Amino acid sequence: MSDQISLSIAEPGKSHPLQKTGTTLIAMAILSVFIALFGPGKQHPFIFFWLIICLTISGTVIYSLPLFKGPAGIKNNGIMHQKLTNRGAVAWGIAILITGFYILLYWFPYLLEGLIRVMDPLSLLLKGKEANQWFMYGFFYTLAILVMGFRFIVKYRHVRYQVIRTISVMFFQLGFAFLIPAFLEKLNEPEFYFSYFWPLKYTYLFPSDVGNLISSGNIGFFMIFWGAVMTFIATPILTYKYGKRWYCSWVCGCGGLAETAGDPYRHLSDKSLRAWKIERWMVYPILTFITLTTVLLWLNSWKGGAILGGISGTFAGWYGFFIGSIFSGVIGTGFYPIMGARVWCRFGCPMAALLGIIQRFKSKFRITTNGAQCISCGNCSTYCEMGIDVRAYAQKGQNVIRASCVGCGICASVCPRGVLKLENLAEEGRFEKYKRPEDVKG
Amino acid sequence: MHIVVIGNGITGITCALNIRKLDPGSEITVVSSESEHFFSRTALMYIYMGHMKYEHTKPYEDWFWKKNRITLIHSHVNFIGAEFKVVNLENGRMLHYSKLVIASGSVPNRFGWPGQDLQGVQGLYSLQNLNEMEINTRGIREAVVVGGGLIGIEMAEMLTSRNIKVHLLVREKNYWSNILPEEEARLINRHICEHHINLLLETELKEIISDEFGKVKSIITSHENSIDCQFVGLAVGVKPNIDLLNNSGIESNRGILVNEYLETNIPQVYAAGDCAEFKYPELNDPPVEQLWYTGKMQAEALAKTICGQKTAYRRGTWFNSAKFLDIEYQTYGRMTASLDENQGTFYWENRGGKKSFRVTFNKQDRSLVGFNLLGLRFRQALAEEWIINKKPVDQCIIELAKGWFDPEFSKLFTKDIQNKFLSDTNLKLAV
Ligand SMILES: Cc1cc2nc3c(=O)[nH]c(=O)nc-3n(C[C@H](O)[C@H](O)[C@H](O)COP(=O)(O)OP(=O)(O)OC[C@H]3O[C@@H](n4cnc5c(N)ncnc54)[C@H](O)[C@@H]3O)c2cc1C
Ligand code: SF4
Ligand code: SF4
Repeated sequence: MSDQISLSIAEPGKSHPLQKTGTTLIAMAILSVFIALFGPGKQHPFIFFWLIICLTISGTVIYSLPLFKGPAGIKNNGIMHQKLTNRGAVAWGIAILITGFYILLYWFPYLLEGLIRVMDPLSLLLKGKEANQWFMYGFFYTLAILVMGFRFIVKYRHVRYQVIRTISVMFFQLGFAFLIPAFLEKLNEPEFYFSYFWPLKYTYLFPSDVGNLISSGNIGFFMIFWGAVMTFIATPILTYKYGKRWYCSWVCGCGGLAETAGDPYRHLSDKSLRAWKIERWMVYPILTFITLTTVLLWLNSWKGGAILGGISGTFAGWYGFFIGSIFSGVIGTGFYPIMGARVWCRFGCPMAALLGIIQRFKSKFRITTNGAQCISCGNCSTYCEMGIDVRAYAQKGQNVIRASCVGCGICASVCPRGVLKLENLAEEGRFEKYKRPEDVKG
Repeated sequence: MHIVVIGNGITGITCALNIRKLDPGSEITVVSSESEHFFSRTALMYIYMGHMKYEHTKPYEDWFWKKNRITLIHSHVNFIGAEFKVVNLENGRMLHYSKLVIASGSVPNRFGWPGQDLQGVQGLYSLQNLNEMEINTRGIREAVVVGGGLIGIEMAEMLTSRNIKVHLLVREKNYWSNILPEEEARLINRHICEHHINLLLETELKEIISDEFGKVKSIITSHENSIDCQFVGLAVGVKPNIDLLNNSGIESNRGILVNEYLETNIPQVYAAGDCAEFKYPELNDPPVEQLWYTGKMQAEALAKTICGQKTAYRRGTWFNSAKFLDIEYQTYGRMTASLDENQGTFYWENRGGKKSFRVTFNKQDRSLVGFNLLGLRFRQALAEEWIINKKPVDQCIIELAKGWFDPEFSKLFTKDIQNKFLSDTNLKLAV
C-alpha cells in the first residue's frame, strides 16, 4: 500500500535546546512533588511550595521561548514528530502520571498527605484553615491554566481573539474558581463557584444543595438565585447570541484547562464519523440522565421521600462516581496526551450537550466559510480539539454549524488560506452554502 | 455506463463524486498510481514540517469510496486504446470505458541544467517527491531552492522548519514579481529575509556541482558565485503530465487539448485539471490552469456534461490565495503585476509592513477591477459581487468593512485605508 510510503518517514523531530531545558525544569518540579509526597513536604512546606512553583513557571516559560523565536505565526512544526505530542513514550508517561494522581486524589487522598501539607501556608492565608486535597488540587489546576495559558498567548500572539479568550479563562479560573471560593470559606460562607452552573455542577440545583444554601442566609439565597438565573436565563440568551463558546472556551475551568494545558494535544482528537456517533450516544444520554435525576430528586423531596424513596439519591451518587470522578477527572484529564484535551467536553459534559443543542438549533453563531478558497489541506480538522471534520464543510463552501463546536477558533487560526471566521450574524441564512455567481446565473 | 477516471487528484475525484451525485446508477472507476486514496497535494509541505501526517491530508475516510460505489484502482495507466475504448494498466489489467476522464495532473519542470540528475536534486510535486525530500534532507545544513514562485517559497519554508539554511534563487527583480505588483513583492522579500532565508534576486541557476559520490555539493549561479549546499530544490513551475497519451490519437500541445466542454478531439474522452489545455481560451485566460480551484471547478462542469447536462467551463471571477511563510495572500479579480493603461490603483500598507491592501479600478468609470490582500482576509462572495457589478471603487472603499474577514477582535484597518485613499486620490468620499 502506497499510503504507507509517507508514513515511513522517520522521526526528524528534534526538540530545541531551550525546550529541553524547560522540560528538565518541569521534570524537576514533578520530582519535587514526589519528594514532598514522601514526607519532607510536611516539614518544609515553604521550601517545597516555592520550589514547585518556581520550577514549574520557569520551566514553562523557558519551554515556550522558542515560540517567541522569529516572526509570529502558526508554529506547529514538529508536532507530529515529537514523542511528547505524538503519543510517544513521554506522552504515555505523562498520561500515567496524571491518571495516577487522580486515582490517589479521589480514592486515596491520605497518600498525598505530604503534598497537601505543602499547601498549608497558602491555604491558611486564603481560607484561614489548613489545606485539604481539594485545595491542593485546585491550586495545581489553576497553576496549570496560568502557566500554560501564558504559553498559549505567546504561541498565538498574532491572533487577538486567542489572546483575549485566554486571558478570560485565566481570569475566571484564578478569580471565580480559586480565589473567591477560598475567600468565601474564610468568611465562613458556603463554598460556591460562580462560574459553574447546573447541569455541569449538577448538585447546584439539587434539593439538598439548595436546602443547605437557604440555611446559610442572604448570601445563600443570592447563590441559588445566581445559579438559577445562569442556568435558565443567561445560558440560553448568551448561547443564542454568541454560541456555546461564551462558556466553553471563555469561562469554564474544564475548558480552560483543555485550551491551555491541553493545547499541545488538540490534534489527538478522533475525527472519524464513528467517533461522532459515539459522541452523540454518550453526551445526550448523560444530559438526559442528569435532568431526570434532578427532576426526580425534587419530586421526591416535594412528596417527602414518597417517590422512589432513596433511589434517586443513589442515582445521583453513582452519577457523581462515574461521570464526575472517573470520566471528567481520570479519563478527561489523565488521557490528554493520548486522546486529546476535550474528551470530557465532547463525550461527557452535560453542560456542553445543553449548550450544543441551543447552538445547533437556535443561535447566531456560525463559522463562516469564505467562498471557494478552501484547499482541503486538513489543518482545520487536524487541530480541532472537538474532532469536528471542519474541512468536510469548508471544502463544500458550507458554514460549520455543529453542536459540539466550542468556538476555540483554532481552526480559523491554523487555516493557511484564511477560509474560516467565527462570527455571530443574523440567524437567517446561516446554513446557506456558497455558490459561485457564475453557477447561480446558470 | 462505465466511467473511468485517470488520476485521483482534486480534479479526478471531484469529477467522480459529482457524477455519483448526478447519476446514482453509473459505474465509476478511478485509476491512479501515486496513492491509493485521494489526498491533498496542497498539504504536502505540512507533512514535512510535522503539522500533519499523511492520513490527515486525506479529505475522506477510507470507507467512503466503497460506500459511494467508487472503485479505486491503485495502478498506472500505460496506454489508452481510444479506438476500442480501453485503458491498459501496468498490472496487466484492461478496463473498458464508456467515457474516459483524464485528470493526470502535472510533473515538475526541469530545464536541462548540468547536474540536475545528481542525488539531492529534486522537484516537489508528488508524495514520492516528499519522501525523497525527507531522505535527501536528513541531517543536512544548507540547501538551495530555485524558483521564486509558490512552490519555491513552500520548499524554503519546509527546509527552514528543520533549521536548514536556505538560499532562495529568484530570477526576477522581486519575489513572484510576474504576478505580484512591486510593493507586494517587496513586502514579501522583506518577510523572506526576516526568516533568515538568503534571498538572491535576479539570480539564476547555472550549474550543479557533484561531490565524488554523485551527490550535490554546491551550485554555481548565473553571477558565477558558488554556494555550498547538500540539497537543491527545483521549483520552476510544472507542466502537464501527458506521458500516457502516446499513440492514443488524443490531441495535445503543452497539455491535452480540450474545448470549453473539456472534450478532447476523441468522442467520450475528456480531460480536465492541470493536464488540460484549452484550445481557445477566453481573452486573458491562461490556456493551462494549474490550480487546485480551477481543477475543482473544471471537474464540476465536466461532471454535468458527462451526465447529460452539457455545461461549458467558465473561469468566472478570478480568485486565488496562498501563504508566504506567515503572511496570507488573497486576491480577487484580475490583478496583474503591472497596470493596464486604463487602470488606476491604490495601495496601502500597515506600519509594520506586513499587511497590505490594493484596489485596482478602471479609470474611465472608476469600476472595480479587483483586490490584492496580504495579511488580511476579505469575503469572496462580496468581492465577486462588487467586481461583477462593476461597483465604483469609491463606494467599495466606503463599504470596505462589510467584506472584512479577519478574526473577531482584530484591528480593523478600514479607517486607515479610507484615510489614505482620500489623501492619495484627493477625493471626497460621499459617506
Ligand atoms: C506543493 C504544492 C502546493 C500547491 N499548493 C497549491 C495551492 O495552495 N493552491 C492551489 O490552487 N494550487 C496549489 N497547487 C497546485 C494544485 O495542487 C494542483 O493544481 C492540483 O493538485 C492539480 O490537481 P489534478 O487533480 O489536476 O492533478 P493531480 O493532483 O496531479 O492528480 C493527478 C493524479 O493522477 C495520477 N496519474 C497521472 N498519470 C497517471 C497514469 N498514467 N496512470 C495512473 N495515474 C496517473 C498522478 O499520479 C496523480 O496522482 C500546489 C501544488 C503543489 C505541488
Ligand atoms: S470547529 Fe473550530 S472553533 Fe469549533 S471546536 Fe473545532 S477548532 Fe474550535
Ligand atoms: S485549514 Fe483552511 S484550507 Fe485547509 S482544509 Fe481547513 S478550511 Fe480548507
